[in-house]
Amino acid sequence: MTATAVPARPVKDREPGPQKLREMSRQVGWGVLAWVVGIAFFLPVLWMVLTAFKPESAAQTWPPRFAFSPTLAEFRLVFSGWGPFVTHSVIATVGSTVLVLLLGVPASYALSVHPVKNWRDGLFFFISTKMLPIVAAIGPLYVIALKAHLLDSIWLLIILYTAMNLPLAIWMIRSFMLEVPRELLEAARLDGAGRIREISGVILPIISPGLVSTALICVIFAWNELFLALNLTVTNAATMPMFLISSVPQEGLYLAHLSAAATVASIPVILVGWIAQRSLVRGLSMGAIK
Amino acid sequence: MTVLEGVAPPEVEVRPRGVSRRDRWQRRLPLLPALIYTIVVTQIPFVVTLWYSFQSYFWNTPAPAHFNGVSNYKTVFTNAAFRSALVRSVGMTATAVIVAMILGVAFAVLLDRKFLGRGVVRTLIITPFLVMPAAAALVWAGPMLDPNFGLLNYLLEPFGVHHVAWLSTHALGSVIVVMIWQWTPFMTLIILAGLQSQPPDTLEAAKVDGAGALATFRELTLPHLRPYIELGVLLGSIYLVNVFDAVRLMTNGGPGTATTNLPFYLFQQVNNAFDIGGAAATGVVTVILTIIVATFALRMFARVFQFEEGGV
Repeated sequence: MTATAVPARPVKDREPGPQKLREMSRQVGWGVLAWVVGIAFFLPVLWMVLTAFKPESAAQTWPPRFAFSPTLAEFRLVFSGWGPFVTHSVIATVGSTVLVLLLGVPASYALSVHPVKNWRDGLFFFISTKMLPIVAAIGPLYVIALKAHLLDSIWLLIILYTAMNLPLAIWMIRSFMLEVPRELLEAARLDGAGRIREISGVILPIISPGLVSTALICVIFAWNELFLALNLTVTNAATMPMFLISSVPQEGLYLAHLSAAATVASIPVILVGWIAQRSLVRGLSMGAIK
Repeated sequence: MTVLEGVAPPEVEVRPRGVSRRDRWQRRLPLLPALIYTIVVTQIPFVVTLWYSFQSYFWNTPAPAHFNGVSNYKTVFTNAAFRSALVRSVGMTATAVIVAMILGVAFAVLLDRKFLGRGVVRTLIITPFLVMPAAAALVWAGPMLDPNFGLLNYLLEPFGVHHVAWLSTHALGSVIVVMIWQWTPFMTLIILAGLQSQPPDTLEAAKVDGAGALATFRELTLPHLRPYIELGVLLGSIYLVNVFDAVRLMTNGGPGTATTNLPFYLFQQVNNAFDIGGAAATGVVTVILTIIVATFALRMFARVFQFEEGGV
């Protein structure tokens, strides 16, 4: 790479100057390529946000317009209609995430620090539920919800989103618990700490950043979920993805309005994901990659 | 820095040999709420599905459900629509996962180098994964792919593309493109973690030995990446085989049945045909097929997570 490598091929490049220059320009070239790829990949998101700031008439033109006088009109329209939807989404997302943590922390403990005999089977049972296609049971699920008077209720979404995210959370929290130094646990036990004090006093403070990233992953999946909401709710529990669908009218111009709604619906998760970038990998790989 | 972790808990605590009954229950207790919850919420619907699969039950008629033997299953197995939805599901998932993985490896290699603004580019690349799938589907269907006003037609105009109605002429391809667009960031992140966990001294040694960049990648990096690629393919498949939002919101399964995958087919059976019994039988067959695939997937999982060995 540097001058030390040059003697191997002494004929070319006596002085290090040109070679270094070539190395540098190659580096710049790769950098430029990465930027081009990044921007190209981001383009649809950028276009969504741009279109959201257009007046409806400027959103449907040929050629598409990049310069226009921005307006907040579509956003105002979105904010005037999103009330119930965003409330349902927040309740379903926060409710299910809290429930996931309440169930997931003790379960992870029983699968890592003080493992049950069949912890392996337990782990694989949880992950196998993630592979069962929920779509296969949607008809019966509807009937069950109907008979349990849970149809079109926010509780139903909380219950189902909890079950959807719990396996992921258990695998993830478990991977954090395994990193708690054994000495700390043993010291606590010598001090006479019981299981509960061991969890609340030693483990939880150490894994709290891990719990936050687990929660963020759960928030992302719950907030974005459409299939169950679409099938099992109508008005009393309709969530943000359904608000999006309702923003596409049967006729008339709608691209700017749709873009504004899509931007508003996506922004919370995009921000959460940007902030949690570092722990995103670990969460998505269910704790396999640190 | 990043490694695939062996998830076996430390040996000290693990052998419950000769432990008292009380201790066993103390260990079990914290697990029970989550276990019972998961069994009740995820297994009961499938038991009920099994029950309804032997019933004739249309919820748009007042007639109560009644037992009709295996006739729902006969319909499933003689039904060409089910078979084609199944084949389409497999094809869509495989294409999307493979292309997303190839792009993911390429992007990860780009992001693994140092350059100005690397953090920003990384952020740009992961963003599609974070966009709400319903929003992604609608924005692609509208502002991006609209035949008259869409950005894509505008960008492709210099290449002789004129107002293509992508969702009518290339429906399946369009849906798959959106799937790829959303899942490439996921693959990129996982592969990037793999690249960054590569011990730098072996790469340095290869360089000193005069190995070219391509040979180094093929001989050293790719084998090192293998578990990461397996993990990405596995997890990507689990999510992508269930893709519903893009199909429902971009093409509604059409034109005709050109983009009807299994989830959408089941959705239609329940919502348009009101056929609970038929949908249940389709569901049972789907679950059985899934279990067959999942058995292999779980084995792969065990290998990737490195706890195949017994003895704990």
